Amino acid sequence: MTAAQPVTAPASQDHVRVSRSRHRLVSVLAGLAGLVVLVVFGALPYIAFSGTTNLLVNVFILMAMATMWNLLAGYAGLVSVGQQAFIGLGAYFVLILAMHGTNPFLALPLAAIGCGVIGLPVWWIVSRLRSGYFAIATWVVASVCEALIIRFPSLGGGTGAPLPGLGSLDPTLLTAYTYWVSLAVLVVVLAAAYLILRSRVGLVLTAIRDDEIGARSVGARVWRARQFVFVVAAIGCGAAGGLLIISQLNVQPTSAFAVQWSAEMIFVTIIGGIGTIEGPILGTILFFVLQENLSSYGAWYLIVLGLVAIAVAIWARRGLWGLIADRWNIRIFPVGYYLWPEGQARPLLRRPLRGARSGGPPAGSPPAGGPGAAEPADPAGG
Amino acid sequence: MPPAGAEVSSPDQPAADQVPERAGTPLLEVRTLTAHHGQLRALTDVSLSVFPGDVYAIIGANGAGKSTLLRTIAGLHRPTTGSILLDGADVTGQRPERRLAAGIAMVPEGRRLFGSLTVEENLQVGSSYARPGPWNIERVYELFSWMRDRRGQRAAQLSGGEQQSVAIGRALVANPRVLLLDELSLGLAPLIVRRIYGTLPGLLAAGVTVLLVEQDVSQALRVATRIHCLLEGRTTLEGSPEGVSPQRIESAYFGLAGVASPGGGPSAHQEPSS
Amino acid sequence: MSWVNAIIQGILIGGLYALFACGLSLMFGVMKVINLAHGDLAVVAGYLAVGVIAVTHIPAVWSFILVVPIFAVAGYVLQRTLIQASLNRGVLTTLLVTFGLSVVIENALLQFFSANSHSLGIGHLVSDSFSIGPQISIAYLLVAIFVVAVVVLLGLQYFLSLSRHGRLIRAVADDREAAQLSGVDYRHIFGIAAGIAFATVALAGIAWGMVSTFAPTTGTDTLLLFAFEAVVIGGLGSLWGTLAGGIILGVVQQIGAQINSADQFLAGQLVFLVLLVIRPQGLTGQRSTT
Repeated sequence: MTAAQPVTAPASQDHVRVSRSRHRLVSVLAGLAGLVVLVVFGALPYIAFSGTTNLLVNVFILMAMATMWNLLAGYAGLVSVGQQAFIGLGAYFVLILAMHGTNPFLALPLAAIGCGVIGLPVWWIVSRLRSGYFAIATWVVASVCEALIIRFPSLGGGTGAPLPGLGSLDPTLLTAYTYWVSLAVLVVVLAAAYLILRSRVGLVLTAIRDDEIGARSVGARVWRARQFVFVVAAIGCGAAGGLLIISQLNVQPTSAFAVQWSAEMIFVTIIGGIGTIEGPILGTILFFVLQENLSSYGAWYLIVLGLVAIAVAIWARRGLWGLIADRWNIRIFPVGYYLWPEGQARPLLRRPLRGARSGGPPAGSPPAGGPGAAEPADPAGG
Repeated sequence: MPPAGAEVSSPDQPAADQVPERAGTPLLEVRTLTAHHGQLRALTDVSLSVFPGDVYAIIGANGAGKSTLLRTIAGLHRPTTGSILLDGADVTGQRPERRLAAGIAMVPEGRRLFGSLTVEENLQVGSSYARPGPWNIERVYELFSWMRDRRGQRAAQLSGGEQQSVAIGRALVANPRVLLLDELSLGLAPLIVRRIYGTLPGLLAAGVTVLLVEQDVSQALRVATRIHCLLEGRTTLEGSPEGVSPQRIESAYFGLAGVASPGGGPSAHQEPSS
Repeated sequence: MSWVNAIIQGILIGGLYALFACGLSLMFGVMKVINLAHGDLAVVAGYLAVGVIAVTHIPAVWSFILVVPIFAVAGYVLQRTLIQASLNRGVLTTLLVTFGLSVVIENALLQFFSANSHSLGIGHLVSDSFSIGPQISIAYLLVAIFVVAVVVLLGLQYFLSLSRHGRLIRAVADDREAAQLSGVDYRHIFGIAAGIAFATVALAGIAWGMVSTFAPTTGTDTLLLFAFEAVVIGGLGSLWGTLAGGIILGVVQQIGAQINSADQFLAGQLVFLVLLVIRPQGLTGQRSTT
């Protein structure tokens, strides 16, 4: 006699096989495709005009920021509206190092790490706060950083300063180098996000995303995982800030520390799909398509973006990528798991498990309601 | 053969077939209610009928689904399938506020008073959307004699038993036809529990029908005119307490072999060794 | 300027900060909503007042008669529609939606009104002042605003403690489900609370427009932070705490200005951060697990 099972595993007593990817062949092909994409983008300075590569630099910068914000909010549950603190600090660290003779390109990684170091005391300040208080605190921290930087006339005070150290470079070469460095930063950021989510920390983060109290109750080290993500996001945004000053060759405090950066990275991530790696990528692409078409309309693009983001947040919480992924059941970055009973073929295409509802998203993908929702998606039938 | 007056529900046959028809339209009727908490199925095909003047007690172990049942009846929880009828009218889709207007009031588990409000203010909130009827704040003060003197005190400062009385009063002043009581005894000393249950006859005399959930089986048996046992969301026992032996209740409560067990085999009579 | 003068100025402006803060505090206390667009709403009220004055030619001082009721209704509607929809989806969504609203409002204002700053011209009333001794000079306007703020806070306290709807608001804030069981439609109560919050912030925005200037970004640059700081300093859940918080903030800012006028706001922000670290529940709040 068995008691009724509230949650049913696959109906049979078979073993269940678990894998990261849908099929060995698929992951090999996907890896090759990724390499091809990388090579194509890497070759762009040889085949495209500088206008295109400059635009792509801005795309890469925003994509990196959005990916970091997605880690923070979509996985760690930390809604920060103060990432511009690290963007600005990253830019100014590069400036300071360049003023002391370091090549700005070499200063970039140092500035990023410097932002990570600053991230530790900042985390200590804001970590005990929840949601809205946390958000406001991050905002205030950014505001304080800006106010402190402005007090240094040697850094240009309120009007900003030009970036020294790159004047001797040929302009075409400078554009190309800037492009490659920003591509490299984006690749590193995406790889970091991918690796983090596949690691043990990633498991903790996914657990937090799905159910924080549940995660704590099984001993997940929530505070540590969050601290880790916060510092990583600080490093990532610091790198983005460094890229900004390199690509613009000067920095102004009001624009480097502008809350506009948070607005853009947040809207882009929400619309693209919060809680997935692909989401921020898709959202950024959409953003620049929109911006190119609406650039003549002034502040309108941010108004439209904001309204769309609000609508998506309420009615399509998994974002554009969420809709696509559900409809065609595809994943580009394998950070979840696939389950199927022993003896069956791997589910190459959308195929239901025996005794389950239709295939559904793999375990580990964001719940149907998006982060913060009450009910997790059903990965293996019921 | 089960003794007369007590029916055993087997998972194969709907409980309604086995229950002898009680005369007239039930005041409150629950039909094949199924409810989930996310993916967890909390209630499976539960049916019951409460007639005017009943003290209908739902018993069962922790997690059996008793509170879920009551919350679904009160409107705080959406059922997956099934229906709830009050005096023949379907109230399944109604929000809790509407159900209060229809005549269902619940005293929730854990009292749930408005802590920052005074005793009197709690009662005033309860009467904000009250139906016409015999109950008002004055009458509640008569029912619980200590309350009038303490009515200016903040509810959070009361003892557990006092809070329970205020919670009952808050539901009463709305003049419900059916009063749902969820785990009155939770966290209270037995003496206090008895005293509170001692007020039940007064309520019944004033025309209120009671549907209560109680973990303390002996307390439930003391006051109930009808018993309904749940185990893991299914009905295992339904009937009048006179005809039921303690062994039968124990079996229904714990789901032991010898009685129809939910999710188990096809027959109501199982071998003890499984 | 003397220290005493600075402190008095700080106290008076603190009343205005408290008026800003009480709407934020109400929405959080009742609905658990942190409205990141709160400051921007005050700025919108200022612009609306400018428009109303231009159309109806009433003196600036009376513009609130039209603007405040409009905002009260707008608050109810926005709460019943957008904010309720966000609340049903969770805390994260609500935060993101109010943030989105803030950005949309600011950029819409930028688009329609340009980045120039405005103020509500009330002529000589701005600078009219009286003196106590040789070093203390107090503007009538500041005193008037302080009195209005205290009266509004008093009225709100009165309403919450003694009226039927005030009681329902407090009940819903304590336990929403239990209120539902007592027949209360909490969505309607949320709407009323939002209406009140919007009305107070509109009043505060107009008052701000009289003593200072506002531009599209003032809402987030300045006002939201002030409101939040006053709430955190004074503690959530008590209107008198909010008043105390506003006054303390005002005084700290004025003292900071005495030391170094450029650091006026920085001082307030640093105090805010320090408080968040050591006592996030403020002066009057209880330690909560929120």
